[in-house]
Amino acid sequence: MTKNKSNIVKVSFWERNRKSGGYVLKKKLMDIGVSIARFILLFGLCFLILQPIFNKISVSFMTEADLYSPVVISIPQHFTTENYKMAADVMNYSKGLVNTLVISFTIAVVQIVVCTLVGYGFARFKFPLKSFWFACVMLTILIPPQVISNSLYLHFKFFDILGIIKLIKGVPLNLNGSPVPYYLMSAGCMGLKNGLYIYMIRQFFRNIPNDMEEAAYVDGCNTVRTFFTIMLPEAKPIITSCFLFAFVWQWTDGFYSKMFLGNTTLLSTSLARLVDGLAAYLMRITGVQTSVSVAFSNCILATGVLMLIAPLIILYLFAQRQFVESISASGIKM
Amino acid sequence: MNKRKKYVGLERKKAIAGYIFIAPFIIGFLLFMVKPLLQSLYMSFCTVSLSAGSTEMTWAGLKNYKFTFTVDPEFTSLLGTEVLRMVIYSLAIIVFSFFMALILNQKFKGRALVRAVFFLPVILSSGVMIGLESNNQLIANLQNSIETTTTGISVTDALQTILRTTAGSSGVAGKVFDALFEIIDNIYDVALASGIQIIIFISGLQTISPSMYEAADIEGCTKWESLWKITFPAISSLFLVNWVYTVVDFCMRTDNEVIKKIQEIMLQNLDYGTAASMSWVYFIIVIAFVGITSGIMSKGVYYYD
Repeated sequence: MTKNKSNIVKVSFWERNRKSGGYVLKKKLMDIGVSIARFILLFGLCFLILQPIFNKISVSFMTEADLYSPVVISIPQHFTTENYKMAADVMNYSKGLVNTLVISFTIAVVQIVVCTLVGYGFARFKFPLKSFWFACVMLTILIPPQVISNSLYLHFKFFDILGIIKLIKGVPLNLNGSPVPYYLMSAGCMGLKNGLYIYMIRQFFRNIPNDMEEAAYVDGCNTVRTFFTIMLPEAKPIITSCFLFAFVWQWTDGFYSKMFLGNTTLLSTSLARLVDGLAAYLMRITGVQTSVSVAFSNCILATGVLMLIAPLIILYLFAQRQFVESISASGIKM
Repeated sequence: MNKRKKYVGLERKKAIAGYIFIAPFIIGFLLFMVKPLLQSLYMSFCTVSLSAGSTEMTWAGLKNYKFTFTVDPEFTSLLGTEVLRMVIYSLAIIVFSFFMALILNQKFKGRALVRAVFFLPVILSSGVMIGLESNNQLIANLQNSIETTTTGISVTDALQTILRTTAGSSGVAGKVFDALFEIIDNIYDVALASGIQIIIFISGLQTISPSMYEAADIEGCTKWESLWKITFPAISSLFLVNWVYTVVDFCMRTDNEVIKKIQEIMLQNLDYGTAASMSWVYFIIVIAFVGITSGIMSKGVYYYD
């Protein structure tokens, strides 16, 4: 058999082609054609996705004169880092960065801890009404938060638990503007996309063989200990990736931040207000009422976006595998 | 008998443990989902007036719904365009992500890099960024200047004019072409929105055993045939998952015109009753759409077992 194989290798390409009646050459050409077409397609699409980021980078280093200059398209004539300083001042960057880091991290921790517990409960226990509660989880994925946003707003504006607070203080608490309601909601699995995390974590736990758990029970582990020492280490990859998702989506989220965390300086909300804030900032510095040109405010906006996503890009560069591979690991099926 | 009783006891214990594990969800669901949901449903039938310290709701019947449909000049047309856009884009995203997953599942150099780039939008274009992206005029100008310098050599433009003139712009064919070319023009949006879907499809494609393709190949099956006879049925359940995910994701985007309109009415006009009724109309339409389409799709889904 091995002798035969080495014989085949020695035969030249054209010889083989002649013997097969042109089939080998045809196949080879076909393969080359397919890979060229694939390269063009993928290169184009990758360029399409990355181009806005490149554009923003080039714009963020331009002076205002460069924006109007017909000669300058993507490489700035007068290189400047002034835009970054200005955007950082308007957005209150250093304070916002710290706040965003703290809020995103704590919220993500709370959400993932709770979602892991719930996901494990759904995956590993049999109890009455289980499918009903799971249908409720799916429902929370389907309900847009905008539907309940107005009544949630009122709910927290006049916050009260069964009238207890009203008895003590006379008026119900106004929790709007403080981050407390959002932490409460996260602890109750009602934060941003929490239904999705529950679903993914449950899917992962379901794929772990039953034997491990049973062995632990037989050896005298109780439920809590089994969960912490046997199941939790197994589920590390999915928990890491859900945590990363929670962190990143909380970082860029505008809806919940605007509704509950309006008084806290966060990068995402101050980015949304950047253009409006720019005119006031310029007026404060120069003392003259100035109107900001559209081009310049967009330039500052592009800079602001870059400053918002820069930490996320760094995170993605290091944790790319955890982001992508976890979804395949969870083996999502209906 | 004794043994059986013990088994029941253990099962009961496990059921209680299960309830303790999902307790946070139940509490959160009742407090922060069911209660506000019912309240907003009730609110949509009321005239809500805000005064210091309390809200007053007076029953007004269908007044808000009448206002939503007959008086408000923008809402119904916005709703129509938004739902149509949702249908067209969701279809485009599903088809696009399926074919991209097929390509990205092949073996070639730099595959990891390309996958990383395709997944990047999941992180970078979420939340506030979507709204900002679409109204950044400077970037749009930059793109325009590139486009104007390259007019006349665009293949799609030439194709578009040819097809338009042959099909006519009035009939059904013309409308379909218009929708198609709108998607091609906005392929950037489609590519941005299909990161998760591509990954889900790839994970499905990797579960198909290669021996199936090999057997089909030996039996004389072409690549095209094996795509429709093997690949397509094997991951058909993922089409359902992706479809639901895409539709839901689309109607929660912050640049959605209907959502913007609702928030404007709520925060600027302080008309909570009308805002509630509008969001209920939108919600019911989306739920009905998801329910009907996924019901139709689940009939076509093929399961091995």
